[in-house]
Amino acid sequence: MTPEELYDKLRPFQESKGYFFNRDKAFVLDLLENLLINKERYGYMVCPCRLASGQRELDRDIICPCSYREADVAEFGSCYCGLYVSQDWNEDKIPHTVVPERRDPEKLMAGLLFEE
Amino acid sequence: MADKNITLYGLTTCIYCKKVKELLDDCGAGYDCIFVDQLEGDERKQIIDAIKKINPKLSFPTLLVDEETIVGFKEEQIKEALER
Repeated sequence: MTPEELYDKLRPFQESKGYFFNRDKAFVLDLLENLLINKERYGYMVCPCRLASGQRELDRDIICPCSYREADVAEFGSCYCGLYVSQDWNEDKIPHTVVPERRDPEKLMAGLLFEE
Repeated sequence: MADKNITLYGLTTCIYCKKVKELLDDCGAGYDCIFVDQLEGDERKQIIDAIKKINPKLSFPTLLVDEETIVGFKEEQIKEALER
């Protein structure tokens, strides 16, 4: 699947749930390409901006759309990696800020231990 | 620009890490770039331990400019740190 195909496949469904792709389409296609790279690498689409453990069970919360999207879009108008945003964010009605990492770092640490 | 000790901890798939890298290149800064997702086993653990000391959230990009840590693609803050 190409990033463009993934874009067309995901967009209607996600918009119906109130999540819009970032208006910067080139940026979105770049992100989607990296999601496809991670799908190839790990077997599932883990967030391209987070370190995956490679263990699906340990990475479940960061498989896109991640468990933190709802809270991040509600608070910042954007998910952590900027793929999904609110309509207000896309229309510049709210500031565009760097979204801080909401995930507990212990989850990442757990992935390291698993490698042993 | 005085010689600074610069290390970028990033992920090969992270666009913001790519943006920080491009900004450093544009500014002509010399730096070490460590793609943590390409490390394994003890090497990955050691790097994660190093990152945890400066960015307990273990998020990426994490940029270290001498003693200053900058988390995320914060263009102005990065430029200021390079010029300091």
